[in-house]
Amino acid sequence: MSLSLLFLLMVAITVASIRYGAMDFSVHDMAAAVWGKLSGRSDLPLDQRIFIELRVPRAILCLLVGACLGVGGTLMQALFRNPIVEPGLVGTSSGAAFGAALFYVFGALVKVNLGGWTLPLAACAGGVLSTYLVFVLAHTKEQGRSSMLRLLLTGLAINALFMSGIGFLSYIARDPAARSIIYWNLGTLSGADWNSVLVVGIATVGGLVPAVAFAKPLNALMIGEDEAIALGVKVGRLKWTVLTINVLMVATATAFTGVISFVGLIVPHILRIARGPDNRFLILGSALLGATLLSVADLIARVSLRPAELPIGIVTAVVGVPVFVSLLRSREYLS
Amino acid sequence: MLTASNLVFRAGGRALIDHVSAGFEPGRLHLILGPNGAGKSTLIRLLARLLRPAEGAVSYDGKDAARWTERDLAQRRAVLSQAIEVSFSIPVRELVLMGRYPHFGARPGAADLEICNEVMSFFDVTDMADRNYGTLSGGERQRVQFARVLAQIWRPLEDTRRYLFLDEPLTFLDIHHQIDFMEKVRVFATQEDVVVIGVVHDLNLAVQFASRLLLLHQGRVLADGAPEEVLTAEHLRTAFSVTPVLLTNPATGKAHLVFEGDKSR
Repeated sequence: MSLSLLFLLMVAITVASIRYGAMDFSVHDMAAAVWGKLSGRSDLPLDQRIFIELRVPRAILCLLVGACLGVGGTLMQALFRNPIVEPGLVGTSSGAAFGAALFYVFGALVKVNLGGWTLPLAACAGGVLSTYLVFVLAHTKEQGRSSMLRLLLTGLAINALFMSGIGFLSYIARDPAARSIIYWNLGTLSGADWNSVLVVGIATVGGLVPAVAFAKPLNALMIGEDEAIALGVKVGRLKWTVLTINVLMVATATAFTGVISFVGLIVPHILRIARGPDNRFLILGSALLGATLLSVADLIARVSLRPAELPIGIVTAVVGVPVFVSLLRSREYLS
Repeated sequence: MLTASNLVFRAGGRALIDHVSAGFEPGRLHLILGPNGAGKSTLIRLLARLLRPAEGAVSYDGKDAARWTERDLAQRRAVLSQAIEVSFSIPVRELVLMGRYPHFGARPGAADLEICNEVMSFFDVTDMADRNYGTLSGGERQRVQFARVLAQIWRPLEDTRRYLFLDEPLTFLDIHHQIDFMEKVRVFATQEDVVVIGVVHDLNLAVQFASRLLLLHQGRVLADGAPEEVLTAEHLRTAFSVTPVLLTNPATGKAHLVFEGDKSR
């Protein structure tokens, strides 16, 4: 499995993803819509406008979010030297979900209204604040294995706390707010537009470029913190930079789509099984494979019940779990 | 030359290393001995600058270790730690290549790959090169780690010395590989630009291979010098609470120790 193969796979899925959905577009329709948009026509037919303003941004957002989650998973598993870590583990995704739940329950009472930006901002703020809380609570002077373990466990604890907060908010909420909270916690790309593409795109590129530069020091970390230091890695600086990159990518992605589980966990494993644990390959590879897998899930979510759609988080789990479990059983991967 | 002057390191309010001063010369094999909890690992980690001392200083080539950049230091100082855990199963060749990380940027050069082949053949792990580290036995893993560590400082540098630190390298090795490894380290240590400092537990191996010994007890230097000066009956009673019987190894002519428990207890 090479990067170019992953890239081609991603392009193929993207083409399928913009073609099929609640309504299917022929190649001719798609070309006409793009051409019409590019030539600046303002009187596009409705179906072409749906294509340009909903279908395409959704497909791109899906790629970007998948890339963020895949890269986040790779970074966090490498940093914590632990294969069970998910990108949201240090409190990011539960905090974001809590922020979103607060918006659904109390948003109408607060006078601040930023239109379509209110929910993503509430979620992103929740994700960043909860992660910061985890960092502060887990911070001690000591370095080394114990400090990473403390961070991991503090993240688990804070996640549990925010999950109960979300539970409480959905308990006191009335419909439709309660349903919105549940729906948001299963992830959805239906809010995609060109603004969200722009913001998540900046986070994706802004996270991916420095992440690639940290591939080699993250490799050195595979053999231990002391060993990485002996190889010249500034481990302390590496930790905080990589955690910051992860929070940037995951909080931004989650803010626009809700909590999409499992992608960040399985993407690095699939690539490691196929090609080994070299982060120089894994980081870019997990961006491509994350984008591809999430697009497959979104396509399934849109066509399986059309014209209605499934929450994408259900698809990622239902499709991802069997694939993942069979991969784990088939090789000497975990030896 | 590596010098430690008045090193102090504390943890949990206790001084694990308590005013230790010592000099380590190139071209010789220095071994640190001591009972469990004497501070051997802490000392070697301070010397290798994996830990920073609370007081005192370590200097390499007369320059304070704290003033070396990570990269400069990593090009001339290699460390084998105790109990290395590799978090993801990785091919042996890639693991050994990590030893060259401080020497190349994005991609390894021809010299880096050549050095990896040389160290792998030096430690007899060439035929495992394409296997996964996770599938190796404990002893095989240890030899792969030797190759990785030696790859870091395998060739002489123009302007400065090289430093090798070995924290209990003989764990997991059978007797053949223990002696084989000590032989190889001794040969490596005869180079005029190499300072080698190791921690071992087996006193007889220490006598057999070391040019100098440093005996540590409760975070302080109990004795420092040639093996026969350090491993006296009195020192061993103080440090290990055992009574040694000193024999002469007929093969080497060197001292050989057998032990009885401390009768005074």
